[in-house]
Amino acid sequence: MSGGFLDQIFVSTKHWLLSLLVGAPEWMTQIASSLLSISATLGVFLALFALMSLLERKILARIQNRLGPNRVGPFGLFQPVADGIKMLIKEDIVPARADKVVHFLAPIMVAAPTILALGVIPYGRNMTPFAIDGGILFFFAVGSATELAVFMAGWGSNNKFSMLGAMRAIAQMVSYELPLIVSVLPVVMIVGSLSPDAIVDAQSGYSLNVIPHWFVTTPWGAASFLLFFIAGLVESNRTPFDVPEGESEIVAGHMTEYSGFKYATFFLAEYFGMFAISGLAVTLFLGGWHAPFAFLQFIPSWIWFFAKLGVLLFVFIWIRGTLPRMRVDHVMNFAWKFMLPMAFACVIAAAVWHYQARHLAGWLWSAAIVAVVYFTLSRLLETRKRFAPRTYRFAE
Amino acid sequence: MNIAAFIVIAIVTLSGALAAALLPRLIHAALWLVVTFFGIAAFYFLLGAEFVGLVQVFVYVGAVAVLIVFTILLTRRDADKDHAFHWSGAVVAVAVFAALVWTILRTPGLSVAASPVEALTVRRIGEVLMTDYVWPLQCIGLVLTAALLGALVLVMEEKR
Amino acid sequence: MTTTLQLVLIVSAVLFSIGLLAALSRRHAIFILIGIEMMLAAANLNFVAFWRFAPQPQPPTGVMVAIFAIAIAAAEAAVGLALVIAVYRHYRSTNVDELDQLKG
Repeated sequence: MSGGFLDQIFVSTKHWLLSLLVGAPEWMTQIASSLLSISATLGVFLALFALMSLLERKILARIQNRLGPNRVGPFGLFQPVADGIKMLIKEDIVPARADKVVHFLAPIMVAAPTILALGVIPYGRNMTPFAIDGGILFFFAVGSATELAVFMAGWGSNNKFSMLGAMRAIAQMVSYELPLIVSVLPVVMIVGSLSPDAIVDAQSGYSLNVIPHWFVTTPWGAASFLLFFIAGLVESNRTPFDVPEGESEIVAGHMTEYSGFKYATFFLAEYFGMFAISGLAVTLFLGGWHAPFAFLQFIPSWIWFFAKLGVLLFVFIWIRGTLPRMRVDHVMNFAWKFMLPMAFACVIAAAVWHYQARHLAGWLWSAAIVAVVYFTLSRLLETRKRFAPRTYRFAE
Repeated sequence: MNIAAFIVIAIVTLSGALAAALLPRLIHAALWLVVTFFGIAAFYFLLGAEFVGLVQVFVYVGAVAVLIVFTILLTRRDADKDHAFHWSGAVVAVAVFAALVWTILRTPGLSVAASPVEALTVRRIGEVLMTDYVWPLQCIGLVLTAALLGALVLVMEEKR
Repeated sequence: MTTTLQLVLIVSAVLFSIGLLAALSRRHAIFILIGIEMMLAAANLNFVAFWRFAPQPQPPTGVMVAIFAIAIAAAEAAVGLALVIAVYRHYRSTNVDELDQLKG
């Protein structure tokens, strides 16, 4: 199955559009090709952003036994449009004591890396907008620029809540970047490549015609997928790790002094970051655009990718509707004392799996390693004692 | 190699560096330094060493710049005070620059254009790291661990 | 006109001199660190440029040195900034001209 008509429809459309440019110099074709890829990616994700902002409110409402937005258009479908217009015509307030240039640049700097990061993800067969040899490294390299942008937002606003929120956000993002990257290492090690396309290719095929060769089906893969997902939650500042914008303590963190369209840009960056992290999780652990069962391969590859992406995004919303916000020190302790050792255990488990010829023995051994480290850590950290029901005594 | 791209990147990088060296406010200097780092990464891309460019962005923008910014915040009471500017340093810098340029212009055989090169893949770098450079790699690991511990010990609160 | 090795070397010489200017002229400790980072980056640029403009095929020695130098620079920045913080805690100053005592 190497691509039916529907599977390659976008690729063929692009080639057809480029063939209209026949006779043009090479650099023109190159620019046109990049522009097409960029606008297609941006268009799809902007549409997904609009849809997601509505769906999130709808699903949260359902979780909380409400109806959610249902006034604008059928089922409230035009709510994102109304929100967009509202954001555009709001007054743009800049604090008098703010560092104007930094304050202005911060939202752009927050949004740009997430958009760049979306470029290296393979959305379907032959559908990687920016195929680069070190794609995974590119993803994290541009992602690390976000921290600086958050700092710019906090410092440029010249407000203590902004600054505190930015400090919290940076501390949390720096701490969780380590487990995030280390949990990617096993996959990179097993595949032997940093290119997302090669990683997706390595996950093709099915055992017994049923079980897909996705990395999430191996013990180390499942463990590092969970670690990656949790770290991804933190990196995109989502509940339960949204301490940087804890309303009850520091207003809205680094976004306190932003209004109107600049605030919308932060919002967009948060969602795009979520898309990018989920897309990378799909690519690394959930088989990218491969179908879950061999007999379902007739469905186009990009549908599979976006279906998996949708499931992950739903989990994001579900967690937001279910879990309360964590305390700052708990968040940091969790990163250094639990996530990081677990991620290293996954690296070792993956190596064992590989050297046991990737068979049942390797499967059991790596499962044993992950389990032993997990239980040792929970003993050492006395999780049972620490998270036992507590009795509070009020001051009299 | 594209001369137009080279000139644009050179202008961005060097103006960023100049701003980082001369601006009075420390935070602005640090942010301009980030521009310089990005420019140098772009140079690496232009020179065909994509991996180094990515590592440059990853380490400098993601780690060093954030560290610098954090330090500025922790020592903030002192950040905006007017520190003296030593003009003797400028004289030395100009002298060094003149010497360097004189040497570069006088050396024969430097005006070579780049010959076509096969792309330096990540796989190749990995192989070289694990074969020829395995001892330097281990040493770097040790140095980084030592630096981590040393930095921690240095900034730990003094017990009184 | 194409890019030549000479041009890259001149750019990195300018960068090195600007770094030197920052390290020698500014009195704030963090500016000195910024200057050192710039000088290191200029040296790295030279390594990669010499690798690129050498007769090909060439083992990637220059690239390797650049990668190792970046790692060392990260360690240097971490320790240097920790020193700045420690000094600031002790003297309440980051002006290197005021740090002229031999006793702690």
